[in-house]
Amino acid sequence: MRELSYMEALREAIRQAMEKDERVFLIGEDIGVYGGAFGVSAGLLDQFGPERIIDTPISEAGIAGACVGAAVTGMRPIGEIQFSDFIVLAMEQIVMQGAKMRFMFGGKATVPFVIRLPGGSGTGAAAQHSESLENWFVHVPGLKVVMPSTPYDAKGLLLAAIEEENPVMFFEHKLLYKSKGHVPEEMYTIPIGKSNVVKEGRDLTVVATSIMVPRAVEAANALLEEGIDIEIIDPRTLKPLDDQPIIESVIKTGKVLIVHEAVKTGGFGGEISAVISESEAFDYLDAPIRRLAGLDMPIPYNRTLEYHAVPQVEDIIAEVRNLYQGKY
Amino acid sequence: MAKEKQNDNLIGGVLAKEKAKQLLYKMILTRTFEENALEMFSMGKVHGTMHVSIGQEGIAAGAGPALTEGDYLLNTHRGHGHFLMWGGDLNRMMSEFLGKENGYCRGRGGSMHIADVESNNLGAQGIVAGNLPISVGVGLSIKMRKTDQVVLTLFGDGAANEGAFHESLNMAAIWNLPIIYLCENNQYAMSMAFEKAFRVEQISDRAKAYGIKGLTIDGNDVVAVYKAVQEAAKRARKGNGPTLIEAITYRYQGHSKSDRQLYRTRDEVKQWKQKDPIQRFAKLIGIKEKEMEQIEKKAEEEIAAAVEFAENSPEPEISTIMEGIYA
Repeated sequence: MRELSYMEALREAIRQAMEKDERVFLIGEDIGVYGGAFGVSAGLLDQFGPERIIDTPISEAGIAGACVGAAVTGMRPIGEIQFSDFIVLAMEQIVMQGAKMRFMFGGKATVPFVIRLPGGSGTGAAAQHSESLENWFVHVPGLKVVMPSTPYDAKGLLLAAIEEENPVMFFEHKLLYKSKGHVPEEMYTIPIGKSNVVKEGRDLTVVATSIMVPRAVEAANALLEEGIDIEIIDPRTLKPLDDQPIIESVIKTGKVLIVHEAVKTGGFGGEISAVISESEAFDYLDAPIRRLAGLDMPIPYNRTLEYHAVPQVEDIIAEVRNLYQGKY
Repeated sequence: MAKEKQNDNLIGGVLAKEKAKQLLYKMILTRTFEENALEMFSMGKVHGTMHVSIGQEGIAAGAGPALTEGDYLLNTHRGHGHFLMWGGDLNRMMSEFLGKENGYCRGRGGSMHIADVESNNLGAQGIVAGNLPISVGVGLSIKMRKTDQVVLTLFGDGAANEGAFHESLNMAAIWNLPIIYLCENNQYAMSMAFEKAFRVEQISDRAKAYGIKGLTIDGNDVVAVYKAVQEAAKRARKGNGPTLIEAITYRYQGHSKSDRQLYRTRDEVKQWKQKDPIQRFAKLIGIKEKEMEQIEKKAEEEIAAAVEFAENSPEPEISTIMEGIYA
C-alpha cells in the first residue's frame, strides 16, 4: 500500500486539483520558493509558476480578500494562512464578506474558496502560534469547517473542499504533518459533512477531532488490554456536522467522551454534547456526557506546561477509565 | 485645452450632449430616489437604516459611464447613485429597499448590501473598507482569466484609514492589478472631520507610498470625474496597474438616519450647496430652469411608479428564510 505523510497528501491534493482545473490557485505567505512555513507547497512553484502559486506580502486580510474576490468572479482560490492563529487578522474578510456574501445578495453569488489553517500546539511556538480556533468559524453561518486527522482524509477532504461551492475553513494540525498513512494516488474526495467511525467498540463512545483522533486510537489499544472496548468517531467536518453516527453510537454504548485540543469553554465539545442531549440518545445515556479538552488558557511556552495544557493519550485513558467505571 | 476646443460639440470635450442629458437625469433620479427614501423612512414605511448620497451624485455620474460593460463595481454603503449608473433597475432597487422578494437581493440585503452579480455589480458594503481587499481578488481573477476588465472600487475618506486600505493598495500595486480606487472624500467619516483624521493634505498623496498614480479631483464636477476614471481605466486595461483617485465632495444629509449633525455648521452645508453637482452640470450642458423642472417632474413620476411597484410587490415567504446561505 502506498503511504504518504499528511503533508504530502495535502500537497498531492493541491497539485492534482491545479492540474485538473486551471481556476484553482494557491495564495499565501512564503508558499513559493520557501515552500510554505511547514513545507506543504514545496515544489509547486516550479510546476505551476508564480501566477498560480502566489506569494503575498504579510497581509492576511489581503489574502482572505483575494480569495473572496477571486472566488466570486469565477476562480477557485486556496488561501494559506501561515499559522491558523493569524486568521484573526483576516476575520473581517472571512466572517463579514466571504461567509455572508451569498446570503446578503439573495443567494445569487457563489463564493467557492478554501482557507488552509495549520493549527494546534506541541511545537513550542507558544501562545500566538499554537491556537485551535476552529469553533469560532463553526459559529458563522455560510462557512463550512473541516478538520482532517489522517493523510487519507487530508487529501480526500481537501479535494472535496476545493470542489465545494461554499467557503471552507480547512484546519490542519502541525503535529500531523509528518504522520503517515495509506493515500491512493488517484484523485478521490471524502464528502464534506460525513463523520467517520474510526474504530468500532461496544463500551464507550469517544468523539475526537484532529490530533485527538490518533491519540484516541493509541488510548483505545491500551484500554483494550484492560477489557474496555471504545468506539471512536471522527466528525471530520465540524460544520455541517454529521451527527447521526454519533447519536447511534451513544445509543449503543450509553457513554460518551468528547475530546478536542481547543479550550473547553465554548469549544466544539459543547456543541456535540448538546446534539446528543437533544437527540433520542439522551434516554440511553447511563453516565453524564464528559468533555476532555484544552485547559482554559493560552498555550504556554514551557515544554512541560505546554504538554499538560492539552489532552494527551494518558489523559484520554484515565478519563475513559473513570467514565467507564462510573465515577461521574 | 487644445483638444477640448476641437470637440466643441462635446460637453467638457468628452461627453455627447444626449449622453450628458441622460447622466443629468440619472443624477436627479438618484436624488429623488433618496429624498423619497428619507420620506418613506420618516413615515415608517421602511425599517432599518440607510445612507444617502445627496450632494455627491457627481461622482457616480462621472464614473459609471467612463467604464464599459463587463467591468466590475465594488460599491459602498452610500451607493444608490452608483447602482443606478451601473444600470440598476429602479423597480427592483425600490423593492430591495422595501425588503421585497423581487428586490435585487430578495429583500435579504437591503440598501446597504444591494448587489447585482449578473451585471458584475458586486455589491454595496456595510463594512468600511471591506470591499478593498475583495477588489484585489477580483483584480487577480481578471489577470488570471486574461480579460481586459477593470474594477471600480469605491470607498470614503473614512475607509482610507482602515488597515485594509493599506493591504489592498499595496497588493494591487505590486501585482499591477486593474483596479480604480475611487475615494469619495465627503469630508466626514460619520462625525470625524477629514482635517482631524489625516495629516496628509490629500488622500491621493498616499498613492506615492504604494508607487502608484494618485490624483485629487473635484468630485462635484461630472466631467472631471469622467475624465479621471476613463484615464485610470485606460491605464488599468493596458496593464499599468491601479490608480488612486480622490474625488472631493460633500454629503448634505447626515451619515445615516440617526445623525444629529453636531459636528458641522448649517453655514458649511450652505456653502457646499453652492457647488451642487446637479446644478453645475445642468448649467454646463445648458439646461434652463423650465426644462429642469420638467426633468425633475419626470424623475418624481418614475420614483412614484417604483414606489408603487415595490409596495405592491410580495414579501418574502417565511418558509424561505433559510434560503441562500449555502450554495
